[in-house]
Amino acid sequence: MLIVLVAVWEASVHAFSLPVYLLPAPSLIWTESLAVADTLGGHTLATLRTVMYGFIASIVVSLPLAVLLTSSRYASATIYPLLVFTQSIPKVALAPILVVMLGATELPRVIVTFLVAFFPLVIAVAVGLLSVPADLVELGRSFKASKMQELMRIRLPYAVPFVFSGLKVAIALSVVGAVVGEFVNADQGLGYLIVSATAFFRTPVAFGALILLSVLGVVLFQLVVIVERIFFPWSAESEETVIV
Amino acid sequence: MIRVEGLSKVFHSRDGGSVVALHDVSLEVGRNEFVSLVGPSGCGKSTMLRLLAGLVGATRGGLEIDGTAVTEPRRDIGIVFQSPTLLPWADITDNVLFPLRLMRERASDARARAHALLELVGLKGFESRYPRELSGGMQQRAAICRALIHDPGILLMDEPFGALDALTREVMSMELLRIWTENPKTIVFVTHSITEAVLLSDRVIVMSPRPGRIAEVVDVPIERPRTLDMEGSREFQECTRRIRRRIFGADETDVSGPAAA
Ligand SMILES: Nc1ncnc2c1ncn2[C@@H]1O[C@H](COP(=O)(O)OP(=O)(O)O)[C@@H](O)[C@H]1O
Ligand SMILES: [Mg+2]
Repeated sequence: MLIVLVAVWEASVHAFSLPVYLLPAPSLIWTESLAVADTLGGHTLATLRTVMYGFIASIVVSLPLAVLLTSSRYASATIYPLLVFTQSIPKVALAPILVVMLGATELPRVIVTFLVAFFPLVIAVAVGLLSVPADLVELGRSFKASKMQELMRIRLPYAVPFVFSGLKVAIALSVVGAVVGEFVNADQGLGYLIVSATAFFRTPVAFGALILLSVLGVVLFQLVVIVERIFFPWSAESEETVIV
Repeated sequence: MIRVEGLSKVFHSRDGGSVVALHDVSLEVGRNEFVSLVGPSGCGKSTMLRLLAGLVGATRGGLEIDGTAVTEPRRDIGIVFQSPTLLPWADITDNVLFPLRLMRERASDARARAHALLELVGLKGFESRYPRELSGGMQQRAAICRALIHDPGILLMDEPFGALDALTREVMSMELLRIWTENPKTIVFVTHSITEAVLLSDRVIVMSPRPGRIAEVVDVPIERPRTLDMEGSREFQECTRRIRRRIFGADETDVSGPAAA
């Protein structure tokens, strides 16, 4: 399927003699990207680092936040509106302001990545924590389980399939967030490369960066899937039946 | 021994309304007696079990087990719900051991006990399977083992066979009687099935709703060990007819006959 698409692309570029800056042929993207393979590699690593920092930050923040959010009606009434507010801020508009406030470093990019990725994760974990059957919670209480035991031995394990569906969304969004951050402020990274390459009409390199970004997204997503399969096989199986 | 005296339970909803789930219920259950609660939905059967388990407090009245007032969960009680509620991430043995883990009891013979219980309910060979690999009936057997692992004196069962098909249900009823004979316990058993209640129990407590209260207590004078054949006996029919009449009213029993079960 993909091969057919690439072939049609290649053929039409030649057939209609499209200018390179509009739509480069796949073969040209390949050769031009290969020519700058070293710098492409460096940019990919830079983006990967921003993605991972933002993704890890969203995990570190989301888990306790979801626990807090589901711990009491009062907590959820206080925190939930705040969460929704952070989501209503347009991240693209926030990025330049963060750069002014925090300086042109990696930090604003990581923050944007985090802000894009963490919300669906918090919601997924919170839903998971609340999905525990009421009978099971009562069973725990009938054996005098403490709040901590209830969380660690019943609620959190129960939430694992939900956590992983949240993680899959979060990792995909982390890549988006990192690129948004790089568009606004960066001296490296694939997002930066796309901006600078198109500014000089080096469209083949921009396409190369775009393809690398997609590959990066797919690979990271699959890594999350594999981690789930290896460490929580029961969760991976339950999801197949629930979400398909 | 369980003693319930003038027990009432009122639930208050957040919008200010209130529901009288139980009103002035008095009841005694002797050691190792098998008692069933039957009655229409909403008559307070589950509430009664949750009060006995110390999971909710009474609004009025007294509740004692072996001479001590029940104010919090006790460790000598096992509970079985309608759905097995096994932990999907733990194998069957770990599921059975779960109560001991929660109570931080690490008896060295715990695993052996769990395996003995699983053998007792016919789950030998499934010790390291996961819940999803078992049928509903098998999962419920495992849930019964989980309720028995700490060797409680009292077993509370809330429609434990309600989610099973009719055939599995009959098999499970007989299994429960066998387990109870080998491991005598006080059992309070909630069911919607009148025949099931009569087949299993020494006494059947018939409850009625709004407010939940005891309508009648029916003694079952059928000798043990019980078998499914006894359902045809005259005493059995007499018991079910009495219960049915109490639940549905006198008029309906004439026309509905056995179909009302
Ligand atoms: N936690 C609760 N909060 C409010 N009302 C409740 C609660 N638990 C039970 N009730 C009410 O108490 C009544 C008895 O419920 P329940 O004991 O579950 O009945 P049963 O098990 O016989 O069907 C019902 O009207 C039910 O709505
Ligand atoms: Mg009930």
